[in-house]
Amino acid sequence: MEPRQAPLKELWSHLREAPRRFKESAFRSGPPVTDRARSEFVFNNLFLHIHPVRVHRWSLRWRTTWGLGVAVTAAFLLTLITGVLLMLYYKPYPDVAYQSIKDIHYVVPTGRFIRNIHRWAANLMVVTVFLHMARVFYTGAYRYPREFNWLVGLGLLVLTLGLSFTGYLLPWDQLAYWAITIGANIAQSPRELTDALGITPYFDPGGWMKTLLLGGPEVGDESLIRFYVLHVAVLPLALVILMGVHFWRIRKDGGLARPEDADALLGPPRDLYPVFTDVPTKTYHLAAIVRGRSPAVNRGPENTIPSMPHLFYAECAVFMLTVFLTVLAAIFWNAPLKEIANPAVPENPAKAPWYFLGVQELVSHSAFMGGAGIPLIVIIGLGLIPFLDRETEGTGRWFGGPGGQRLVLVSAVFGLLSVIAIEAFAIQFGWLRQWFPDIPQLIITFVNPGTLLVVVYAIFSLGIVHRYRSARAGAVALFTCFLCGFVVLTIIGVHFRGPNWGFYWSPADWPKH
Amino acid sequence: MKDDHTTVLARLAPEPVPRRDFLGLSALGAFVGALFLAFLGIIRLPRVVVSASPSRKFRVKLPESLQPGEPFVPPGRNVVLFRDSEGVYAISLVCTHLGCIVKPSPNGFECPCHGSRFAPDGHVIGGPAPKPLPWLAVSLEGNEVWVDGNVTVQPGTKARG
Repeated sequence: MEPRQAPLKELWSHLREAPRRFKESAFRSGPPVTDRARSEFVFNNLFLHIHPVRVHRWSLRWRTTWGLGVAVTAAFLLTLITGVLLMLYYKPYPDVAYQSIKDIHYVVPTGRFIRNIHRWAANLMVVTVFLHMARVFYTGAYRYPREFNWLVGLGLLVLTLGLSFTGYLLPWDQLAYWAITIGANIAQSPRELTDALGITPYFDPGGWMKTLLLGGPEVGDESLIRFYVLHVAVLPLALVILMGVHFWRIRKDGGLARPEDADALLGPPRDLYPVFTDVPTKTYHLAAIVRGRSPAVNRGPENTIPSMPHLFYAECAVFMLTVFLTVLAAIFWNAPLKEIANPAVPENPAKAPWYFLGVQELVSHSAFMGGAGIPLIVIIGLGLIPFLDRETEGTGRWFGGPGGQRLVLVSAVFGLLSVIAIEAFAIQFGWLRQWFPDIPQLIITFVNPGTLLVVVYAIFSLGIVHRYRSARAGAVALFTCFLCGFVVLTIIGVHFRGPNWGFYWSPADWPKH
Repeated sequence: MKDDHTTVLARLAPEPVPRRDFLGLSALGAFVGALFLAFLGIIRLPRVVVSASPSRKFRVKLPESLQPGEPFVPPGRNVVLFRDSEGVYAISLVCTHLGCIVKPSPNGFECPCHGSRFAPDGHVIGGPAPKPLPWLAVSLEGNEVWVDGNVTVQPGTKARG
């Protein structure tokens, strides 16, 4: 038995060692300087262990992802943190809500700055979500075995837009009130169909949805509470859960998509330490009985490098860039706040947030098809893509698949020209109602510039499928067309629409009051 | 010996539903039933029976100087009143497209949100609105007009004093 120190002396030395012992008990592995310590750094940490221990070099090229997924996550975390801070001062009751936002703006120290960050981070999140989806689409990364994760991503897109929409009402200003009135009436727009068929008294899904959303016939205090609960509890919770599934599936589906010949394309590693080059001789024990394409089955971890530091440093860089851009925007531009909501006088023009203005342009042709029908068709179409395109050519490569870059270019030109032509025609010459005043509503619902555009795009894409004998080519054509349509309609809605939703070349031409 | 006996019996008269299956199915049935009933209960939650919105039936006094065809919008109401030689009538100002408030103009009504246009009698002459602006029930009481926003009437229905 060791001779013991004097009890008090022992206590003193324990006290002196306490900080070191605390550090060891919290971080169980040492500094990440060896391969083993680097691995432990990842899987001993709850927050990092959703990452793989080693990551393929292909995944780390900037061109593979442009860091867009991480940027979305970073923007979301920013809204989460600033959102919780805003909740300290925000009061979800009509009129009081407006005053509390005003307080945040003018009275609460740094309140305006925090609200600005919240606002611009939310905008950035919408932008990066769209860009991220485009990246995944154009690199063919939705294909087997990632179909399900594409659907999860689609759910995340819808939730992101839902969060933006519900957040829009909370300031209770004119912008908020009328945007939500329009939004709620879009939810009610199936009535356009049921009214035309004369079955609304018996079957009224539109009215039911509007009541569900607003808690009454008009936007009022019940609506504000509902939007608040959705915005701060239901939707963020759903988003976090789906995000968890999304990230987890990336690993379970074998990391990021990469071409079959990624290793050959990358060539031998230079300056990157350490890279596994040996195929291990050991079998993988339990992992060997796992089916599927988990990254470690039947393969050596060749051409992978440790996530610590390579992946984490890259993620941190994207994260910091996102924070930097958001804070920069928050310093220079204030989140808008108009006059207090007035249910008797709408804004003129009453515009939704910019990412919904494409839809608003569509609803200016038909409420039901523009606000519910076409968005639903787009979402179903996006969801079907990985199940229709079961090819393997070009996976993991930008604009991979038959047609390549050229097809994207041709589709972009076609998509732009047709949306501009149809919109220009409708703006210049009007539509059926102006020519035939007594035309039944049902015809306008189904034959309007919006639906015409969808049909034109669909026919073009089917032609591409036929020409290239490839579903991927058709999907590329359709996706590109819709992207162009979305961008052009959004620009028209943002810039070229003025009072009474009339067409103006510039907001400077708007009639003065 | 006894085992043989039961096997033979089981073969002769097999249980129609094995005991284990029966219990499993009833548990599943009870679970689904409970879930369904709970859903039925909760489905009524989002729909309030009485909402606190202001009454849509109101009383208003028309100005003496109101000319035929001149619109009169009572403050805070989304209704316009007219008076001509045939009587008084009220038209809702809530756009049938997406619920914005239309503005009376010399040629009828214009919607600021998506450009719907309506004739002076409320029927659609342009834009995306699917339905005409509804006419609302009015009744006269002395020199005051009662407007009931809950009751729509045929276009052309005018109240005479």
